[in-house]
Amino acid sequence: MRRKVWRLAALVALITVSTFLLVTGCGQTQPQSQKAEDKYPEKQITYLITFDPGGQSDREARRQQPLLEKILGQKIVIDYKVGGGGAVGWSELVRAKPDGYTIAGFNLPHIILQPMQQETGYKTEQIVPVALFQSTPLGLAVLKDSPYQTLEDFLNAAKQKPGEISIGGSGTFSGHQMGTLRLEKLTGTKFKYVPFTGSAPQITAFLGGHVDAVFANSDDLVKQQDKIRVLAFAGNERFEAFPDVPTFKEKGLDLVEAIDRGVAVPPGTPDNVIKKLETAFLQIAKDPEIQAQMKKEGFVPIAMGHDECKAYIEKMTGIYKEIVAGLKN
Amino acid sequence: MSFSWSLLLQGFTQALTPVNLLYAILGSLVGTLVGVLPGIGPTSAIAILLPLTTILPPLPAIIMMAAIYYGAMYGGSTTAIVVNIPGEASSVPTAMDGYQLARQGRGGPALGIAAISSFVAGTISLVGLTFFAPLLAGVALAFGPPEYFALMFMALSLVISLSGRALLKGLIATALGLLVAMVGLDPLTGEARLTFGTVSLMAGVNFISVIIGLFAIGEVLVNIERAALSIYENKIRDWLPGLEDLKYSLGAMLRSSVIGFFLGLLPGCSPAVTTFIAYDAEKKVSKRPHLFGRGAIEGVAAAEGANNATCSGGFVPLFSFGIPSGPALAVLLGGFMMYGLQPGPMLFKENPNLVWAIIASMYIGNVILLVLNLPLVGLWARIALIPFPILGPLIILFSVIGAYSVRFLMFDVWVALIFGILGYLMRKLNFPLAPMVLATVLAQMLETSLKQSLVLSSGSPLIFFTRPIAAVFMILALVMIAWGLWLQFSGRSAQLAADESD
Repeated sequence: MRRKVWRLAALVALITVSTFLLVTGCGQTQPQSQKAEDKYPEKQITYLITFDPGGQSDREARRQQPLLEKILGQKIVIDYKVGGGGAVGWSELVRAKPDGYTIAGFNLPHIILQPMQQETGYKTEQIVPVALFQSTPLGLAVLKDSPYQTLEDFLNAAKQKPGEISIGGSGTFSGHQMGTLRLEKLTGTKFKYVPFTGSAPQITAFLGGHVDAVFANSDDLVKQQDKIRVLAFAGNERFEAFPDVPTFKEKGLDLVEAIDRGVAVPPGTPDNVIKKLETAFLQIAKDPEIQAQMKKEGFVPIAMGHDECKAYIEKMTGIYKEIVAGLKN
Repeated sequence: MSFSWSLLLQGFTQALTPVNLLYAILGSLVGTLVGVLPGIGPTSAIAILLPLTTILPPLPAIIMMAAIYYGAMYGGSTTAIVVNIPGEASSVPTAMDGYQLARQGRGGPALGIAAISSFVAGTISLVGLTFFAPLLAGVALAFGPPEYFALMFMALSLVISLSGRALLKGLIATALGLLVAMVGLDPLTGEARLTFGTVSLMAGVNFISVIIGLFAIGEVLVNIERAALSIYENKIRDWLPGLEDLKYSLGAMLRSSVIGFFLGLLPGCSPAVTTFIAYDAEKKVSKRPHLFGRGAIEGVAAAEGANNATCSGGFVPLFSFGIPSGPALAVLLGGFMMYGLQPGPMLFKENPNLVWAIIASMYIGNVILLVLNLPLVGLWARIALIPFPILGPLIILFSVIGAYSVRFLMFDVWVALIFGILGYLMRKLNFPLAPMVLATVLAQMLETSLKQSLVLSSGSPLIFFTRPIAAVFMILALVMIAWGLWLQFSGRSAQLAADESD
């Protein structure tokens, strides 16, 4: 009997002690986790790429990898989750632990347009942008031997035979199709938009003369510059590799359309973690040597931070919503 | 890119320096290995090795990556012949006759012919690449969406018409293959199809998993049943191909070199596609078509010749336009670009030494592979002597790893297992596997080119008959369908009764 009482007392004591420890322990974990954020990064970071190895997103990540490792002092592991035009990887990102140890490359307008089209496993606002570092303005181009010398020629012809001139692009619900649709809307024309499964088949069909024109990425146009004539670029300013080609804006058409690449984290990632990543990525994006390499390959280096990215994504979402609404009617 | 002997010779001097030679050998070895292992293909191997580009200078790195690509075409035939498991999608037709030969104790000659044919076709098409690349570049451009559609349509008609009396079963298998390939996102619009609202199905059914399931796992399941016998019933009768084998194969090697090379110029026509077409074409011209699928050595020669020829063919659009014709070449292109090299006409002007050294290294690589592979024939053929209770589980193990390693998705493993069961049932019910595989591989191109053509023609199907190249393919396809039907209802069907691709 007495022993039982002792046992009970011991048990109570044990429970009290452990509860006390637990409570104080819990109390301690709070500042500790605060510290974990401050100490970020303490271990290797996984950089998720949602497109095939060797593609542009991958090449950009690999260019950044050694510099990121130097700045952040941790190993950066590049991992691939490919499929569904990026949707598979982005769905994975928004489900990852928001601790800054999983980051992913993201593309505009993909993350805006995909969720507008259907259920994708992620929402645009769940992709928390850290920085945008590369822009690929789209250009409208024809072959060298095409009868259209200028944008005006091209648009006049389109007005005369609506729906007959074909423009090739990559995919539907993509930047290329949006560019075509916005051009139609701004000029009151109608084209035959022919989608391809990527830029390789798009450019081959274009060079073979199977489509009359293309809306294509600037880097593809740079590659083929001796065989083509670019009528206009959808950039804010003239594109460096083609200094004589006007922008749509110069021609009075408010059409700015680009494929932008950046890096994002899952929703709920602490602010100071985002800040640290942002600083690192922007430092690399502003590196003159990196910028020179990008330009040589036909890209426009940019350096947009977290807040600026958010505002930009919101603005583009507004624009696309309107076009998509028109498309679905 | 214009040809000059001095540049080519200079290329050879560079490719033959010890370092570059070493990397060509290394690449050939790795390529053979990934070719042998089902699931792990050249695309993933090159991708895994891409980070090496940060350590190595450009030339040895690109020499190695290219060697992995064509080396895998040599290796893919091995397991296809010995245990009926194609190491690559491009070795599926090899398995059809190769495995039958192995069961007749003639695995050695089949492996030998595979290596010789790979070498002959690889070298012939390299000559094409070396001397005619600028002329040939135009061929790739002549193919627009309607031509692609007509070509794919012909390929499918061909494989169905070859189902012999099992025409209906062939059609069903084709339809099933097309259906399977539709799962996932529409390649053009990005719309989810047949996904039942799940995210994992959005990734789509990868055809590598389908092939691993149908062939590797299906084969093991069938063998379990026969099995109790505990050994793959293979004995080894011959070790090396004889003169008669060479006699039968020579024509096939040359024809498949030409077919493989020209189709290889077209973006999208990866070796997986062209091998089927060359194999079926060989069956059509053969004087002994009844032997196909039952151990025709020329079937092995055609398949292996075609995939190697396609490999070299693919370098033409890559070098002349910077356009990769398949996933492995896309990764290779990424490798070039990591060095700041942009394949395309400019590359020949700016870095002629590099390009010619790569081309020269491919000639050397083909010799290395032949030397590597022929003496190993005996070793590979012995795999078939491993008792089934050991070999069977090993095959399943490699199948699962292979399916997983394509995209690192568990979903792909389930797909492989499900198609394993389907493959077993199809074998039991005498359904031909080839039409299903080809349909799965071609579905995306078939669908997108059909859609694009109809957009271009504003909905009129006449576009397939008004353009000369497309019209030729369409007419050939219709002739084949008619031929298939005639076989079905004529006396000859008795002779071809069991003439199935499995």
